[in-house]
Amino acid sequence: MSEDAFDAIIVGAGLAGCSAAYVLAKAGANVLVIERGNYAGSKNMTGGRLYGHSLEKIIPDFASHAPVERRVTKEKISFLTDDSGVTLDYHGVSDKTAPQQSYNVLRGKFDQWFMEQTEEQGAQFISGIRVDKILTENGKVIGVEADGDALEANVVILADGVTSILAEQLGMLKPRVEAGATAVCVKELIELPKNQLEDRFNLTENEGVAWLFAGMPSNGLMGGGFLYTNESSISLGLVCGLAHIESATKTVPQMMEDFKNHPVIKPLIAGGKMVEYSAHVVPEAGINMMPQLIKDGVLLTGDAAGLCMNLGFNVRGMDLAIASGEAAAQAVLTAKQNNDFSAAGLASYQTLLDDSFIIKDMKLYKNAPAFMENPRIFNQYPKMVADIMHDMFTIDGSPSKPIRQTIMKHCKEVGYMNLLKDGIKGVTAI
Amino acid sequence: MTEVVNVDVKLGVDKFHVDEENPHIIIKPNPDMAEFKKLMIACPAGLYKLQEDGSIRFDYAGCLECGTCKILCGNTILEKWEFPRGTFGVEYRYG
Repeated sequence: MSEDAFDAIIVGAGLAGCSAAYVLAKAGANVLVIERGNYAGSKNMTGGRLYGHSLEKIIPDFASHAPVERRVTKEKISFLTDDSGVTLDYHGVSDKTAPQQSYNVLRGKFDQWFMEQTEEQGAQFISGIRVDKILTENGKVIGVEADGDALEANVVILADGVTSILAEQLGMLKPRVEAGATAVCVKELIELPKNQLEDRFNLTENEGVAWLFAGMPSNGLMGGGFLYTNESSISLGLVCGLAHIESATKTVPQMMEDFKNHPVIKPLIAGGKMVEYSAHVVPEAGINMMPQLIKDGVLLTGDAAGLCMNLGFNVRGMDLAIASGEAAAQAVLTAKQNNDFSAAGLASYQTLLDDSFIIKDMKLYKNAPAFMENPRIFNQYPKMVADIMHDMFTIDGSPSKPIRQTIMKHCKEVGYMNLLKDGIKGVTAI
Repeated sequence: MTEVVNVDVKLGVDKFHVDEENPHIIIKPNPDMAEFKKLMIACPAGLYKLQEDGSIRFDYAGCLECGTCKILCGNTILEKWEFPRGTFGVEYRYG
């Protein structure tokens, strides 16, 4: 290893990469971040919600100077059929501490800000360069090759996202990332004047909505829709499981179009201007999809490490990415102290993850992905709830039936046994 | 309520730097149509198309680099799937 080798080269300037670089640079390590896009965030998209706790740990009070769009104070969950919707609405007045807050974010802005903070700590950043290959010597990773140049480092941290070709080259992914373990997310960014948006969603200054939709958006497949409010735009999109995509009755872009035209959604975005259309694969299989995270001279973080959780009522990836980046950085600092960058020398990465909320939560919810595979969750239950509501609120002069009978009738359509089974399974899975 | 989606209009608002010389995704010749159909459904950019004469068409220029086709068909009908070279491809201004 040459004298001018970096302590760490980080591939990808997303949240995992920025976190790792920030913590390393702050501790005085010599670190380089390489990003293939023209700026940090230029290749990144999110549905829209960042749980703040893990970034709060690295940069306390970050939200007071970071470009967050809005602080989430309203939670909504809707069950949609093709033409109706039942909505649960929770408005939490803020008694939350800073680490408990969550924010609507847009990654183009947010990641650039994060990278600026990282550079201020002394990290070096190059953009517009694609890492083509990981360099190895006797099975140990010694650096990267980018644009024909070899760059050496004691450790390479892969933060290059869910389609990590580099991790695949190193044989670290389980057979490969399986379709059954992933979903595709599409999103439209729809601009609305700030005051109109606040009126429409009943928000005061800086307050935001996080709204999830089950049922119709994903065409009955695993998944759902989402709506997040930004400062003066709406992030509207959906996630659709890829496991049985061939059985979909329409294309993913058509699902998005139909979702936009749903009677619950259409008035919310009326008059808005679509300014961006984005998409990305989401790793969704939780702990069952985790690849090998450590090899001699290399660590996997964030989406590349499959760190994502979908519990139906919340989807988390960004807070896990940030925490994994921090853990990777700590492990590299330990390895540097002991001058041992082998897998054994980097093993504290695994310990840090195991002891953190990341692996604990992923283990706790390990049965959630299998539970979500149940098509009743995305087909029959939303319809059942909507049908009950329909009957309860329809008065047409014909003699009314007891509410109990109305409810039982629609439960019977799904099947009492199914309800019981899914209820028990659901409760134990989450 | 159903309106047929026009994905090209949506892609029209996005910013792309297309690498005209290097397609970053290439389909194998005569691909298995069952596999191809998955991509026709799943590709968010609608880039995998079946034409009226039964032939297939694919254009990498509007690729959102989401990875869906790699996940679904990387081992079957795709000859090549890589990220566009540095600076090229989609550029999210909002993300």
